[in-house]
Amino acid sequence: MTGSVLEVKDLRTSFFTPDGEIPAVDGVKFHLKEGEILGIVGESGCGKSVTSLSIMGLVPAQNGKIVGGEILFRNEDLTKVSAKRMREIRGNDIAMIYQEPMSSLNPVFTIGNQLMEAIRTHAKMSKQEALKMAVDILKRVGLPRAEELIHSYPHQLSGGMCQRVMIAMALVCEPQVLIADEPTTALDVTIQAQILDLMKKLNEELKTSIILITHDLGVVAEVCDRVAVMYAGKIVEEGFVNDIFQLPKHPYTIGLIKSIPDVRFKKRKLYSIPGSVPKPGTLKQGCLFAPRCLHAFDRCHKATPEMVAASPSHGVRCFLHASQEEGQYGGNLIKS
Amino acid sequence: MTYIIRRFILLFVTLIFISVITFLVFQILPGDPVRTILGPEAEEVQVETLRRQMGLDKPAHVQYLNLVQGFFQGDMGDSIRFSRPVTSLIMERLPITISLAMFSLIIVIFVAIPLGIFTARRENKWSDFLLSSFTQLGMAIPTFFVGMMLILFIGMTFSFFSTGGYVPWSESVAGAIGSLALPALTIALPQIAISFRYARNAILEQSKLDYVRTARGKGLTEAVVVYKHVLKNSMIPVLTVFGLILAEVIAGTIVVEQVFSLPGIGRLLITAVSYRDFPVVQGIVLYIAFVVVLINFIVDILYTVLDPRIRLKE
Ligand SMILES: Nc1ncnc2c1ncn2[C@@H]1O[C@H](COP(=O)(O)OP(=O)(O)O)[C@@H](O)[C@H]1O
Ligand code: SF4
Ligand SMILES: [Mg+2]
Repeated sequence: MTGSVLEVKDLRTSFFTPDGEIPAVDGVKFHLKEGEILGIVGESGCGKSVTSLSIMGLVPAQNGKIVGGEILFRNEDLTKVSAKRMREIRGNDIAMIYQEPMSSLNPVFTIGNQLMEAIRTHAKMSKQEALKMAVDILKRVGLPRAEELIHSYPHQLSGGMCQRVMIAMALVCEPQVLIADEPTTALDVTIQAQILDLMKKLNEELKTSIILITHDLGVVAEVCDRVAVMYAGKIVEEGFVNDIFQLPKHPYTIGLIKSIPDVRFKKRKLYSIPGSVPKPGTLKQGCLFAPRCLHAFDRCHKATPEMVAASPSHGVRCFLHASQEEGQYGGNLIKS
Repeated sequence: MTYIIRRFILLFVTLIFISVITFLVFQILPGDPVRTILGPEAEEVQVETLRRQMGLDKPAHVQYLNLVQGFFQGDMGDSIRFSRPVTSLIMERLPITISLAMFSLIIVIFVAIPLGIFTARRENKWSDFLLSSFTQLGMAIPTFFVGMMLILFIGMTFSFFSTGGYVPWSESVAGAIGSLALPALTIALPQIAISFRYARNAILEQSKLDYVRTARGKGLTEAVVVYKHVLKNSMIPVLTVFGLILAEVIAGTIVVEQVFSLPGIGRLLITAVSYRDFPVVQGIVLYIAFVVVLINFIVDILYTVLDPRIRLKE
């Protein structure tokens, strides 16, 4: 069994508002293997960003909190480490890039300043060395005229360039895990493809393990090895990309696959799953997908389905498939 | 670059505008300066002679141009009361008022910004309540009252602080500080009450933005996140407020110089007004207007230092 770099076990992250607790992430469990690209896919509001922020220890502290579970990074539980240790890990071992590249860079400091800061936070080196490294990494992510770019400010760059800078900034300390939260959603289609290619290339060259978060299964098909489908704060299906695309089990996954835009039929109206993601905490009972599910039956409204193994490497959380399994789906049963 | 040029043109236009308004106000104002000087029993011939000497018989636009020319040549006519050039009267008192204003501004900056940061980091209902009460109080209490309280409770207790009069810097630095500290604090207190909230809100607002999360995501310490990333961005809106505050501070010197018997521009102005010393009043009004416009210009320049989006805009 190849080791997992990262294992998330029954993670629960909630926000506390005047209206009560909002369980944005409610028992998420997945693992990320050495060198793989894992896709996490789900509609907006499913809890993908909150999951990634939980891993980074960046859940907004005013009202958010990890209330349960473990996040094991090389067997070290990130939910329990000190703030100081977490700072050592952040940016150095685990790095993250965000959905909005333009606003994710500080407008009043140069690209060079922000890159060198990332370098010098974790490695003791002189300004000159850091500068050289910053220029190198900018070239590496495919940015032209890196020497000039170093002196530019974010507002002088396009969205695609900013995202490349963000990737450069995330990779500069050669992290073992890169979390990319919808890295291409804010970019147009051609740039989107370039950024995905770049991530794939860096994954191969640097052996960085990547969690790629997206609401677009098309993106997953292009770059990921495995995929976890998330719905309303839980993983509802998980497996190798091929298995999921060829034999999707969960009605939600099937709906998502149907909604992938097909380039051959540009004019055709896109399919979309009727209804919308329930606000976390609003459904007290039953399968959270039941209100939107075409296959829902009595049991779905009464009990919550558990994750079961459709195959050793394919888990699904749906009563339609509950009869096939033997025991609980472990996630770790997956053969390498 | 073009930004600075545009601001410079604006500065110029504003100065013309202000000088015209000042000029017109003194034209409309009741009371004839010539008769004020000569007294009610003066003869018509005397009046006419003096009017000609002072150039007040000329058409309005010529008078205006003379005023402008005089302003730049440092010749604003003579004081009626002191029979001395207005310019030298102002220049003698200027160092006191400028010291006082700068001293106040420094107090405001060095209290309001740290207080803003401190309170922004502890955001909850109770602190919000306490802070807004403090702000209300700070704005509601009249300056002269604050001044008198400071004289009573601090000035009378610690001999370092003088409760009135001025010691020039050239004579004794400690003495100058001692004589300016309480009046400067008097001016500063209400301004702190106003401006620290701006600093606090700016910091709170900036703290929510995406780039702050990126900064934390790099593994930076809270100190670097706040004092480097958040603070520089927060200073952009705060700068606007400090421009206004400085104007308030200058206005504040007028009252406070009375309370603390400091022989500055403010006292000169009040004396001049009560004696209908028309050239002095006009000179001071122009001086204050000029300073305020200049401050705005400096603020505009400072924006370019803080914000590359303004500096590099076409
Ligand atoms: N700061 C917050 N306060 C309250 N609720 C939040 C906060 N951030 C996220 N949420 C809630 O958590 C849920 C999941 O959000 P998110 O993880 O951003 O979704 P996704 O990234 O999958 O689109 C949403 O229902 C959202 O309303
Ligand atoms: S458990 Fe029931 S409601 Fe939920 S996805 Fe399966 S069939 Fe649909
Ligand atoms: Mg999101």
